[in-house]
Amino acid sequence: MSAVDLTQFHKTFFEESREGLDAMEAALLALDSGSTDHELVHTIFRAAHSIKGGAATFGFADVAAFTHVAESLLEEVRSERRAVDSGLIEVLLRSVDCMRAMLERSSQGRPVADAESEALRVELVQLVSGEIAAPAVAAASLVAPVSGWNIAFTALPHLLQTGNDPLRLFRELQQLGRLEVVRAFVTDSAPAQLAELDPSQCHLGWELRLHGAVARGDVDAVFDWLDGDCELTITPMVDAAAADAVPQTSDVPVPPAASASRPIRETATASSEGSSIRVGIDKVDALINMMGELVITQSMLSDIGEKFELSQLGRLRDGLVQLERATRELQESVMRIRMLPIASVFNRFPRLVHDLERKLDKRVRLELHGEHTELDKTVLEKIGDPLVHLVRNAIDHGLESPAQRKAAGKPETGTLKLNAYHEGGNIVVQISDDGAGLNHAAIVAKAQQRGLVAAGQELSDAEVAELIFQPGFSTAAQATDLSGRGVGMDVVRRNVRDLGGSVGVRSASGKGSTFTITLPLTLAIIDGLVTAVGSERYIVPLTSIVESLRLRADAVRKIAGGGEVFHFRDEYLPIMRLHRAFACSDAVTDIERGIVVVIEEDGRRVGLLVDDLLGQQQAVVKSLEAHYRRVQGISGATILSDGSVALIVDVGGVVRLGQHRKAA
Amino acid sequence: MAKILAVDDSVSMRGMVAFTLRGAGHEVAEAENGQLALDVARGSSFDLVLADVNMPVMDGIAMVRELRAMDAYKGVPILMLTTESHTEKKMEGKAAGATGWLVKPFDPEQLLATVKRVLG
Repeated sequence: MSAVDLTQFHKTFFEESREGLDAMEAALLALDSGSTDHELVHTIFRAAHSIKGGAATFGFADVAAFTHVAESLLEEVRSERRAVDSGLIEVLLRSVDCMRAMLERSSQGRPVADAESEALRVELVQLVSGEIAAPAVAAASLVAPVSGWNIAFTALPHLLQTGNDPLRLFRELQQLGRLEVVRAFVTDSAPAQLAELDPSQCHLGWELRLHGAVARGDVDAVFDWLDGDCELTITPMVDAAAADAVPQTSDVPVPPAASASRPIRETATASSEGSSIRVGIDKVDALINMMGELVITQSMLSDIGEKFELSQLGRLRDGLVQLERATRELQESVMRIRMLPIASVFNRFPRLVHDLERKLDKRVRLELHGEHTELDKTVLEKIGDPLVHLVRNAIDHGLESPAQRKAAGKPETGTLKLNAYHEGGNIVVQISDDGAGLNHAAIVAKAQQRGLVAAGQELSDAEVAELIFQPGFSTAAQATDLSGRGVGMDVVRRNVRDLGGSVGVRSASGKGSTFTITLPLTLAIIDGLVTAVGSERYIVPLTSIVESLRLRADAVRKIAGGGEVFHFRDEYLPIMRLHRAFACSDAVTDIERGIVVVIEEDGRRVGLLVDDLLGQQQAVVKSLEAHYRRVQGISGATILSDGSVALIVDVGGVVRLGQHRKAA
Repeated sequence: MAKILAVDDSVSMRGMVAFTLRGAGHEVAEAENGQLALDVARGSSFDLVLADVNMPVMDGIAMVRELRAMDAYKGVPILMLTTESHTEKKMEGKAAGATGWLVKPFDPEQLLATVKRVLG
């Protein structure tokens, strides 16, 4: 039999183990916050149990050994032999961290156990009151010096109902040695009348002799599953002559033992674990469905194409409409595959909040809403750090100490709310606290000290809030190790912008702050407006367009420094001539003949001058950086339906560029 | 070759079991907990059921009890995939009507040997 390569299951094992550890952690934290739900304990136990089983099966012995001890401790909790207290939860949380690290090292093919994990394992062993059963190491079957066994085997009536079959037992015994049936008999449990005989009941017994130097363990193994289903006595055959005659080192077939030294297949690619996605079967089904429609449409179109006559124009049009619909739906289905619930990011926070509460001596109630909101996998992976930073900030700077809160007439426990939801073509993630709100005086003082604003300058609330996103800004009197000076809000904003999103803050003094992150549904495809500038095509993301208009020349004012502005809804907006910004020749330069597209980012607006609007199109974003280099004001490129390449305008970059000019 | 139902909430374990059995020529259906396994079992017939003990929604023990209550599964072998630390679980499984068990960790060879043992 060819050996089965188990390495193909390693990645799945690591993935589900990570999920299991996350579930363990969440359940531990729920227990810590006072929940008495016994199902939580089951969840924790089940996760540990699965990880142990998988680790042992796939050859990660160190992980299995560690988890085995943790599981033993959990078994005591599950069987209510041990009470749950905060000390136990602490040690179990540390165990979760330890297992996570061990699995991480396993997946990278590095040595798994280290001094830390070993110390924690010993700590767990000491906690477990009872003896820990050793992990499965099958005892080597000893070859007994006997000539055979007498076996008295009487089935209990329900034996057949357990799926066991006496015939199977006999077959197995025959494989061990020569089987002799001395006597078969009907037991007393049998009904007196044949008509009353129930075929699902067994009323038979046997006296058997098994000849050969068979180990007792092997005979026991045959009846292993029948404990409680039969009466069984096994005695050695008293036949001194035979015992002498059979050499003790006979080649008795020994069933393969669960060898602890099972070879672990080394893989060179252990560390190059590719990123993968687990997709719900409904999404795959939808995809297959759409594919089916596409195939039907394709065959219909090729049918028309083979013997095309003008009279079939109507059918051709119908076919093309169908093709368009099927393509769009297929595209949506494919995009949905990349979408994952934000819960995977949100689930980190209970632990983070738990740790921060202790560290900062604050009391926080965490509320999570909209965990099922789905985000593009890439966005999801990159939004974690900014969110962690905002949560840390909210607890460190936003929420007051219990004493301060009490003095302010607020409940001692502060509330931190995370919420995710869809809004238009975007995902919105909000982090709100009911803390002190932004300290305007401190922010302004700091900004003046930093030279960000002039002394005595009047600032609106929005302008003050905007200051905290300036590079290098930090108001904490002391930089803590949590939200220290290394990473500021400016980095959060930059990270979010890199994802095509925006971040802003609203705050009310004494009532709390709300940070709002707006993210695109996906990075891979945008709805865009195709514009012409000379012979070039530029795509402006639809979500950032406010309005497109034609301006009269006298509506445009020249300002110092050569910039142009125009009046739009009570404010003056800078005009950005795209042909100038991107050096396009043969473009329209007369403002009256071109079109101004007003775009907005973070509440700031700019008018883009283009030659003409060509239409709306979905653009599959291709990275320009990967093929060429980063270009300011351009976020990527795409291929138009006629095969030509169009550049996609980076709205944030262009707006910043425009605002800068206006200020200059 | 036999029709086998593999029940385990762990994707990697279930994958390993199913892959091994398919490699040996068996037809394998999969379910990720006892409740789903019952649905699959009702809609089809199997020569053997392999089930994990600890599963969410419906565990292996409850599943065996339910299966044994169905006429079509009165005598079908059902093996529990269990770990050494739970002798009481083995007994609980037996009481529910399990045929026997396969102790984790097991490797593909052991799995096939046990399946062969049951199916003959």
